[in-house]
Amino acid sequence: MAELQEELKEKIIEQLSLEDVEVSEIGDDDPLFGDGLGLDSIDALELIVLLEKDYGIKLKDPKEGKAIFESINVMADYISKHRTK
Amino acid sequence: MGECYINGIANISAQPTTDADRFLEEIISHKTSIFKAHDPNYKEFIKPAAMRRMSKSVKMGVTAASIALNNSGVEMPDAIITGTGMGCKQDSEKFLEKILYDDEQFLTPTLFIQSTHNTVGGQVALGLGCKAYNLTYVQGAASFESSLIDAQLMLLEEPEKNILVGGIDEVAKNSTLLHKLDGQIKEDDIDVINLLNSKTGGTVHSEGATFMMLGSKKTDTSHAKIVDIETISKASSEEAEKHIEAFLDRKGISIKDVDAVILGNNGDIDYDHYYRNLQDSLFSETEQLCYKHLIGDYPVASSFGFWLGCKIFEKNTVPDILKVNSTTAKKYDTVLLYNQYLGKNHSIALLQRC
Repeated sequence: MAELQEELKEKIIEQLSLEDVEVSEIGDDDPLFGDGLGLDSIDALELIVLLEKDYGIKLKDPKEGKAIFESINVMADYISKHRTK
Repeated sequence: MGECYINGIANISAQPTTDADRFLEEIISHKTSIFKAHDPNYKEFIKPAAMRRMSKSVKMGVTAASIALNNSGVEMPDAIITGTGMGCKQDSEKFLEKILYDDEQFLTPTLFIQSTHNTVGGQVALGLGCKAYNLTYVQGAASFESSLIDAQLMLLEEPEKNILVGGIDEVAKNSTLLHKLDGQIKEDDIDVINLLNSKTGGTVHSEGATFMMLGSKKTDTSHAKIVDIETISKASSEEAEKHIEAFLDRKGISIKDVDAVILGNNGDIDYDHYYRNLQDSLFSETEQLCYKHLIGDYPVASSFGFWLGCKIFEKNTVPDILKVNSTTAKKYDTVLLYNQYLGKNHSIALLQRC
């Protein structure tokens, strides 16, 4: 799980062009949206594409993302349970 | 037409031009046929969260717009009108590459949103929270002038408005190189400072942004008055000369009244005759200035001429690096701008001190 968490942090920084953010600055339980990493609705769409492209997870309802993208821990847990690649 | 004043102006180009107090005192020597703009510290003007998604043209445009707004003292424009020849090429390329490499799957929204020609106008409006008239003109080398004409017409009908007008174009990895294949860009790298003496076809390409705040009233921040602008889609050099004569005649200005002429010579041996014809005839006794050996060429490069005109009025002097003949004007009150690209999209503009 720790490996997946680190991988997710790296992918998020790269995919969302968070140039000033280091992997070490993202806590496993930090909220990704709002007061935490400060991601917005466009980032949510980018993360939905990331899930499908890298882990084979296709969200049928984009609203599901709100719960899945709560933090790195929640995201990693969901991916480990549902990934197809 | 009604009165039209440049009440704020900012430029980003391949030279350091964002410092309002300086006027081409430091020249960057470019040695390639494709080169990038000299970047100001964008973080001073754009929040990091907003900037992370921005391509070069958006960063240049938003920053130039911000400086022009501050320069004019206007907090919220009544319209935003932009011109661009090629739009946001960088993100368009990335979007197309993703379509290719990912087999038309997994397309992300950011690149799509930012791959349109009106991205910069939209981002400037979003940053300001400006919901007013917002339009982008795509008209080759006359894109910037087309947006200016729209602003002029708006000021004629609604003279109380403050209109933010901008021109933006960027270099991109692949699409700029395509212009090397079709001969628009010189095959070999050259010392760009010697561009105007080139004996080969094509020119050098670069990028930049100019934004101006226009209003119908002269203010404490006014840089210049735009007397008029004209664009011509296609013309021979003889026809272009006649257009310029007729343009000046309509304004009641004689050739002798023009203190300096700012020309768009770009070192393309196949098309610089448009300028040389004017240099040897109409303006043979006028101070002649060129600038593309400093900033390269791109669809809205002519907007740099407006910035130059404003700087000349402000400083009342012309850096030697711009001069291409031995005539020196006794004063700088009236400046004519002329530009064309590949014999198309000619533009004529007349600026006066105010």
